[in-house]
Amino acid sequence: MGDIIKLGNLCHTYTDHEGNLVHALEQVNMTVSRGEFVAVIGTNGSGKSTLAKHLNALLLPTDGKCIVNDLDTSQDENLWAVRQSVGMVFQNPDNQIVAAIVEEDVAFGPENLGIPPAQIIQRVDEALALVGMEEYRHHAPHLLSGGQKQRVAIAGVLAMRPACLVLDEPTAMLDPHGREEVLATVHKLNKNEKITVIYITHFMEEAVTADRVIVMEYGRIIMQGRPEEIFIQVEKLKHLGLDVPVAADVALKLREQGLQLPMTIITDDELAVALCP
Amino acid sequence: MSITLNNITYTYMQGTPYERKALDCVDLEIRKGEFVGIIGHTGSGKSTLVQHLNGLLKPTVGEVRVDGIDLHANGTAAKEARRKVGMVFQYPEHQLFEETISEDIAFGPRNLGLDEQEIERRVRLGMDFVGLSYDTFAKRSPFRLSGGQMRRVAIAGVIALQPDYLVLDEPSAGLDPRGRDEIFGQIIHLHQTTGVTVVLVSHNMEDIARMATRLIVMNSGKVKLDDTPSQIFRHGQQELAAAGVDVPPVTRLMKRLHAQGLAVDDSALTVEQAVQNILQTVKGGERC
Repeated sequence: MGDIIKLGNLCHTYTDHEGNLVHALEQVNMTVSRGEFVAVIGTNGSGKSTLAKHLNALLLPTDGKCIVNDLDTSQDENLWAVRQSVGMVFQNPDNQIVAAIVEEDVAFGPENLGIPPAQIIQRVDEALALVGMEEYRHHAPHLLSGGQKQRVAIAGVLAMRPACLVLDEPTAMLDPHGREEVLATVHKLNKNEKITVIYITHFMEEAVTADRVIVMEYGRIIMQGRPEEIFIQVEKLKHLGLDVPVAADVALKLREQGLQLPMTIITDDELAVALCP
Repeated sequence: MSITLNNITYTYMQGTPYERKALDCVDLEIRKGEFVGIIGHTGSGKSTLVQHLNGLLKPTVGEVRVDGIDLHANGTAAKEARRKVGMVFQYPEHQLFEETISEDIAFGPRNLGLDEQEIERRVRLGMDFVGLSYDTFAKRSPFRLSGGQMRRVAIAGVIALQPDYLVLDEPSAGLDPRGRDEIFGQIIHLHQTTGVTVVLVSHNMEDIARMATRLIVMNSGKVKLDDTPSQIFRHGQQELAAAGVDVPPVTRLMKRLHAQGLAVDDSALTVEQAVQNILQTVKGGERC
């Protein structure tokens, strides 16, 4: 298996319009194993999106190393291989959809890879099936719901057969139903297709479902661990300006009131079972 | 003084194969000083509804009155009435266009025909409201700001109009929890200090439950529920589920505990209430 992503002392520094040096990423060290589901949380401006853009070489390190699928992203000759390994999905589905028909949109990526038409059709079929959008293949994307559009955008990335999906707040513009659709789809791809997932989100109830949570602030990784290790630190997360899952918050306050409850409660189910075994 | 919608029906692309009824016989009165939350899933008619409140859309059937004036009548009275309603759209930062932040915020007040001194006062008022320092930001380009800051500039532009009715369509979408709390804190503060009427459209039930004094649930272009948030979350479960909207996370947790067999009062809308209700039940010895 091994690590699909290896970041060593990754720094990204740029000069802003007033001539100040901005350290968007500072000394970031992290690895992601193949098949892992990693959630990245942090406030606006903490460096989450800058980090994500390094993973498929949209941005290059100004210092340090970014190795993806054993390829150094700063080597020009690796660019296309890197971009094929790591598929990106962004916040606004309307900015990612290029064609007037769903299946044409999904075919856009593989067409650009120069894949023979017969194989493109097969890939489009597969990708649409994976996100549960086969029946919409002849529809116009602009008439779909936000959740459906985002699933089409994910299918477009899947058709390039990436080893890793990077999703940058894919549910920020969706209603609760659309958010569930997208999160369930991503989990299914992770579990069944063994696609590595890096999932940036402001929704803590989504981050709770990851294998590992990374917390960023001021361009650095300041915490990482299993969700139950991160989200029990209610006060620290609130201090960082982040939410905590409501069950973790309630459990902490119940413990403060003298109730005996396990320290690891972060989901509704866990609290329910702890109170009523 | 109020905004009244009398038997409004709105049909998109009437007379074409794509004809769709987005609002269906809506009767509604929004009274001065209220804080009204509107929820509903995508396509339920929320945004179509709020675009009627300042006359952006003209109802196919029915009429909209602001303080008694028909918004679609001819003449200056209707124009004045439309100006009483300030509208913050979804992703309002996409509407920024001026070279400097102060010019962008001044655009609305200048169109009201105010003099330069009053315009500057309004710009300062708007920037102050959203927590952007005038001295630091006034002369900067709005396009050099972070997304959250751009959102604030856009909201400041509407605040500078000093509307009697403030309509906000998903103002917190895409903001981090701190940015969201800041924006909502300012809206609550404005509501409490100036008595401005607020109409807030959101997917986020938690925020609406916390802030709104009245909640309207939309589904298929109709008003399905119209009551206080606590009444709706307590009694409106079926309609809420049918309308495809989520209950707040606290309510979901309490219902989960109830389902597990804990005889807890599940009407809590805040974490503090939930903790009290759980403690009462557990300390009363009714663990399960």
